[in-house]
Amino acid sequence: MDVMPKWAEVVLVPLISLLLAAILSALVILGIGEDPVAAVKLMVSGALGSTYGWGYTLYYATNFMFTGLCVAIAFHARLFNIGGEGQAMLGGLGVALACLYIPWPHWSLALIGAAAMAAVFGAAWAAIPAFLQAKRGSHIVITTIMFNFIAAAVLNYILVNMLRPQGSMDPATARFPDATKLPTLHDILAPLGIEFSKAAPANISLLVAVAACIFLWVLIWRTRLGYEIRAYGHSESAAKYAGISPVKITMIAMIISGGLAGMMAINNVMGEAERLVLNATEGAGFIGIAVALMGRSHPLGVFLAAILFGFLYQGGAELALWTSIPRELIVVIQALVILFTGALDNMVRMPLEKIFLALRAARAPKPERKPVEPAE
Amino acid sequence: MSTATHTERQETAAPAIELKGISKAFGPVQANKDISIRVMPGTIHGIIGENGAGKSTLMSILYGFYKADKGDIFIAGKKTDIPDSQAAIAAGIGMVFQHFKLVENFTVLENIILGAEDGRLLKPSLAKARKSLMKLADDYGLKVDPDALVQDIGVGMQQRVEILKALYRQADILILDEPTGVLTPAEADQLFRILGRLRSEGKTIILITHKLREIMETTDTVSVMRRGEMTATVKTAETSPAELAELMVGRKVLLRVDKKPAAPGPVILDVEGLRVVDDKGVERLRGIDLQVRAGEILGVAGVAGNGQSELLEVLGGYQTGKGSVRVNGTALDLTGNKSDGQSRRNHGIAHVPEDRQREGLIMEYQAWENTAFGYHKDPAYRSGMLMDNAAIKADTVEKMERFDVRPPNPKLAAKNFSGGNQQKIVLAREIERNPDLLLIGQPTRGVDIGAIEFIHEQIVALRDQGKAILLVSVELEEILALSDRVAVMFDGQVMGIRDASQTDEKELGLLMAGITDTDAPHSIEDIEDNLAHAGGDPHKEV
Repeated sequence: MDVMPKWAEVVLVPLISLLLAAILSALVILGIGEDPVAAVKLMVSGALGSTYGWGYTLYYATNFMFTGLCVAIAFHARLFNIGGEGQAMLGGLGVALACLYIPWPHWSLALIGAAAMAAVFGAAWAAIPAFLQAKRGSHIVITTIMFNFIAAAVLNYILVNMLRPQGSMDPATARFPDATKLPTLHDILAPLGIEFSKAAPANISLLVAVAACIFLWVLIWRTRLGYEIRAYGHSESAAKYAGISPVKITMIAMIISGGLAGMMAINNVMGEAERLVLNATEGAGFIGIAVALMGRSHPLGVFLAAILFGFLYQGGAELALWTSIPRELIVVIQALVILFTGALDNMVRMPLEKIFLALRAARAPKPERKPVEPAE
Repeated sequence: MSTATHTERQETAAPAIELKGISKAFGPVQANKDISIRVMPGTIHGIIGENGAGKSTLMSILYGFYKADKGDIFIAGKKTDIPDSQAAIAAGIGMVFQHFKLVENFTVLENIILGAEDGRLLKPSLAKARKSLMKLADDYGLKVDPDALVQDIGVGMQQRVEILKALYRQADILILDEPTGVLTPAEADQLFRILGRLRSEGKTIILITHKLREIMETTDTVSVMRRGEMTATVKTAETSPAELAELMVGRKVLLRVDKKPAAPGPVILDVEGLRVVDDKGVERLRGIDLQVRAGEILGVAGVAGNGQSELLEVLGGYQTGKGSVRVNGTALDLTGNKSDGQSRRNHGIAHVPEDRQREGLIMEYQAWENTAFGYHKDPAYRSGMLMDNAAIKADTVEKMERFDVRPPNPKLAAKNFSGGNQQKIVLAREIERNPDLLLIGQPTRGVDIGAIEFIHEQIVALRDQGKAILLVSVELEEILALSDRVAVMFDGQVMGIRDASQTDEKELGLLMAGITDTDAPHSIEDIEDNLAHAGGDPHKEV
C-alpha cells in the first residue's frame, strides 16, 4: 500500500508546494515595499482577466506543454533530457526551412509539413546524445546540456551566415509566406461566436499540444512500447531479463522526447514570430523540466502545470509592466515556484507522508496486514 | 576484559544481555513486538526465525543501528543505552555481519585495527595489534596470516578476521548474523568449532540463523521469532527440529519433498563447452557441459559466485557466451541479435531468475503488469495497436488464484507483496507458460516456509508433466530434496554430476570446494586454500 492516497500525491503535494512558493514570494515583494495582494490581483487580472491575457497565457502554456512532454517521456525511461532547449531550437530551424523553401498551398498542409520537419530536427538533435549514452555510456545529462550550447552556436551561425536575407541587419530569417500563417484562437473561435482577442499569439498549435498530451498518454500507458519504456525506467536489470533492449529503448525514448521538444517551434516560430529569430525558445526548454516534475511526468499533470507556468509568465510580464517590481524579481518569483514544485518536492512530501501514516495508525489501531518485510 | 571478570559474571549469573519489552516499527510494519530475552554468559544462544521474522532488526537495535521505540537493554545486569555502534562496542558487543565489512585490498592486520587506531601514526598501532592478534590467535585457536591481503584469503578466513576484529575490540558478546550463508559445509563445521572454543573461554555468542541444523548442533538455548514476536525460548537439548519448525511457522511443515522417481525422456537442454567472459574480462564459465532431459530436475549446486548466475544469464539470453547450447535440438544464438530474453521465450524457455526484485519483477509495476512481463508481446495480450490490459488483468486474477498469491489483488504493486508472494507471481507467470525448459534460480530465497513447500510442489509437478528443469540453488538441502541429478559448480566449471539418490551433503560439499577426489581425506586448510585460489568471487552478492 502506498503511504499516501493518490489524491494527496497528485493534488496536495503540488498545491502545498505552490502555497509555500507564494508565501515566500509575498515576503520578497513585501521586502521591496510593494503590496503582495495587489501584485497577485494584477497577475490574475493580467493573465486571466481578459481574452488578451488568456491568449498569452495559453501561448506560453503551449510551449511548455511540448517541452514538458519532452522531459516527461524521457523521465519514464529514467533519462534526464535537459536538452529540450537545444532540441526546440533545432525544431525552429526545421520549421523555418519547411516554411521558407516549400511552397505550401494551404496553412493546414504547411502545419503538417512544418511539424514533421520540426519533430525530425529535434529528434535528430536528441538522437546524438542518446546514441552516446546507449552505446558509449556518456552521461545523457552532460551531453544534452552541451548540446544546448552547440545548438545555440549552430543556429547563430546559420542565421547570420546562411538564412539572413541580404542587406538585413537582423540575425533572423525572412518572414514566412502568408500561406503558412496559422489561424489564431481568434480565427478559430470567431465562427463559433466567441470573441477572442485578435492581438494574442495563442494559435492552433495549442490544439496540437493537447493532442500530443493525449497521444503520449496512450503511448505510455496503453502500448507495448510504453510498457517497455516504463519497465526500462524502473529497472534496467529486469528489462534485460525480459529481453527489452536498453539501447533500443534509450534511442526511441530520446527520439520521441526530442521530437516533442522540436514541435514546440510550430507555436513560437510558425505561430507567433512567423520567422526564425535568435533565441526564439526563450528558456522554454528549461521550464519544461519544472513542468514535467510538477506534473509527475503524467501528460495530464504536464498539461495543468504548463498552464500554471503560462500564467506565471504572462502574470509576471504584467507585473513588470505595471508595477515598480523590477523584472529581475519577477524571475526570482518564477524561480521560487520552480524550486518548490520541482526540486524541493520531498520537503513537502515527507512531512505529509508522516501525517498520513499517523492518521492511518490512529484510524486503525492494529495494522494486521504485513505489506513490506521488515529489514533483514 | 580479563578472565576474572568472566568468572565473576558467571558466579553472579546476571544475564550477559537482557532485553526487556523491545518494540520497533517501520511505518505500519511492526518488526519487533514486545520482545524480552535473557542470554546467559558463556553460552551460545540461537535466534531462529523465517526471513522477515525480525531477527536482524532486533540485533540491529542491540548493535545501535536502530533505536527501539520501546524497551530496555541490560548488559551484565546494568541498564545500558546503545545509541550507536560505538556504544555497542564500548559495552563489549561485537557483530559479525552476513556480508563482511572488510577492505579487500588491506591486509588482515590493517583491517583489524581499522577504526581502532591508537594515534595519528599507524606503525605503533600495527605493532601493538600484531602482538595482541598473536595472543588472540593462540587463546582461541584462530590462526590467520596477519600480512595476507583480505582479497587473497578464502571466505572462511575472512569471517575469522571479522571475529578477530570483534575480539580485538574486547568484545565479550559476539553476534553472528547468518554466518554460514556464504560457507561450504566444511567451512561451516570449522566455524562452529571456533564458536565452541570461544564459549569455553567464557564468551557469549548469539547466533542468528534460519537453518535448523545449525541451531541443533551448536546452541545451548534457542529463541524462536515469528512475525516480530518471540514465540518461545527453550533449551536446545530439550527440543527437536520439528518442534522448532512448528514454532517458526506456527504449524507443522514438511521438510522433505514428496516426489515420485523421475521418468526422464529425451534431452531437452544440451550444453557443450559453454564459456562466458564478463565485462571485466574475467572468465566466469570455463567450458560447461551438461544435459537436462524431459521430466527431470537437474540441480546445480555450488557456493555462490562460482558461475551459476552466469549460467542462468546466458541461458536466459542476457549474457553473451561461446560454445554450443541446444534446446530441443535447435542451436541457440549466444552472441548475436537473436540472443535476448524474447527469443529464448520463443524457444520454449521460461526463466525464474535468482533475484526476483532486480530481475524477475518491476517492483513499481502492479501485479497484473508483472504478469505480462517478458510476455508483453504475446498476441493474446494485444488488441490492435494497444495492449489488452483487460485480458492481462483477467489472466492475472486466474494465475493469482491458482498460485494462492496473497492478497489476491492484481492492482497491488509488486513491492507491496511479501517475498514469498512475489516469488509466486514470478512462478505463476513462468510455469503457466507451459515451457519445455524451466530455468529456476534460488526458488525459495527469502521465502517463508509455508511458501517454500508450495513452490517445491509446483516445481515437482512441472517435472511430472515431462518438462525439463534446471535448478540453481545455494541451499544444499533444497538441491538434494528437489533434484534428480546434481551438478556441482566450482570456479566456472562442473566438478561432477551425481545421482541425487546416491550422494550426500558431504560429497557435494567437497565438490563445491573444488575437490573431485571425494574419497581421499582432506583437511580444512586444503579446502580453504582451494577456495582462496578460485578465480570466482566466493561471496559475491547475487
